[in-house]
Amino acid sequence: MGLCIEVRDGGKTYASARGPVTALAHVGLEVREGEFLSLLGPSGCGKSTLLRAIAGLDPLTAGTITLRGAPITRPPERMGMVFQRDVLLDWRSIRDNVLLAAELQGLPRHAHEARAMALLERFGLGDFADRHPWELSGGMRQRAAICRALLCEPDILLMDEPFGALDAMTRDDLNLELSRIQQDGGRTVVFVTHSIAEAVYLSDRVAVMSTGPGRVVEVFDINLPRPRPLALRETPEFAVHVAAIRGLFSRLGIVKD
Amino acid sequence: MASSSRAQGIAGTLAVLVGLILIWEAAVLFFAPPPILLPAPSAILAELWSSPRYFLRHAGFTLWTTLAGFGLSVVLGVALAVAMVASRWADRVITTILVVMNSLPKVALAPLFVIWMGTGAEPKIAIAVMLAIFSIVADVALGLRSVDPDALALARVHRATAWRILWKVRFPNALPALFVGMKVAISFALVGAIVGEFVGGSAGLGHVILIAQGQFDTVRVFAALFVLGVIGTLLFYLVEATERLALPWHVSQRNQHGVLAR
Repeated sequence: MGLCIEVRDGGKTYASARGPVTALAHVGLEVREGEFLSLLGPSGCGKSTLLRAIAGLDPLTAGTITLRGAPITRPPERMGMVFQRDVLLDWRSIRDNVLLAAELQGLPRHAHEARAMALLERFGLGDFADRHPWELSGGMRQRAAICRALLCEPDILLMDEPFGALDAMTRDDLNLELSRIQQDGGRTVVFVTHSIAEAVYLSDRVAVMSTGPGRVVEVFDINLPRPRPLALRETPEFAVHVAAIRGLFSRLGIVKD
Repeated sequence: MASSSRAQGIAGTLAVLVGLILIWEAAVLFFAPPPILLPAPSAILAELWSSPRYFLRHAGFTLWTTLAGFGLSVVLGVALAVAMVASRWADRVITTILVVMNSLPKVALAPLFVIWMGTGAEPKIAIAVMLAIFSIVADVALGLRSVDPDALALARVHRATAWRILWKVRFPNALPALFVGMKVAISFALVGAIVGEFVGGSAGLGHVILIAQGQFDTVRVFAALFVLGVIGTLLFYLVEATERLALPWHVSQRNQHGVLAR
């Protein structure tokens, strides 16, 4: 597999009232073409900062980020992003919220209507296309946000703790659905989470990050077969991966045994 | 459910109003003040009834200058607010001018507008704009600015141009604030129109009040005030009704639509 995104010696320093704050320092990361990579770490480790830099939203202050060899200076084409909050616009129906992705890019609406409906059907929202966001539950709203990110067939999908605000059962549902769409292949996903189980379940590789300052400590290969049913999480193989990552966190002093 | 409680609210308000007018009528009958000080409501209605075309003509003029001033305030105010959000430089210049303009008593500027524009509708409209535009600019600029940062990030991820962000995200986001500004502006526009009519000209309810005052025709003054009150109230509710139609999605409107009625 080829190299998709590469971060070299990445650093990010913020100016604050109490002097400069280093959010990221000497970050190295390689994301391969078509893989599902999770950035896993405690809050404050800079994982969202790193993701936003990859998205071309907020540049790093040191080092380089390249996408297929070219530096990322602004949001690249064919990229989708899902935020922790669904960011659905209240004045648009669910269908129109999904179509917003095309409209913002100046692409014709009618060319994407069929795909929008197909995505909504796939995520179980077919009957809710004409409803407004405030009529839907949190899980349904986040599904709509995923549909919006997928509308223009991105080859890179960035997800910033997308299920962090959802209850455990809804989270399980969405993990399964995300795992299924990853089966279609061809899409590179960078997924930010602080749940070890979620990272192991979804990912091909997990990049573990640490605080003080934020950096990538180690990258774990998750060689579990796909498709992955939810019950995979109760198998010994799954537990081995979780234990390995937890072990690293405890050595780093981030979790206590 | 929602509409029947609305109807009850309107009926209650009308009942209180009618009650107050009846008390007024009774008080005038009982105390018999000179009509030049306080006429009875029945005398005011009789005055309106005796020359309906006269009042209609002048009310029409006031209504036209008010609506023209209000419409111009909305168009200009939104344009200025967009400029303020688009450019820091424009923001500083426009804010300074508006603050200076707003701290001047605009009534004091009215004679100047008569010198510049004559005694027709133009100075009335100009004064109405001066009074009404401030709330439009302030509210719309706030609405355009208070966009969820994640929504802007989303727009940037999809490589949206500044104009597209304005049109698809910022402007709809500012609509509730625009209506708040419009509800204030419609009343100010009416005040502006009347102030203009006080200063010069030969038409409008302000002119009617001025002439009637000169003749100590208190009944006519009250009749004109009554028509003004009706116009002001109707205009306000017209803006509110438009808001309900335009913003069914907004938090402030949802309960009334029964969508989330609890």
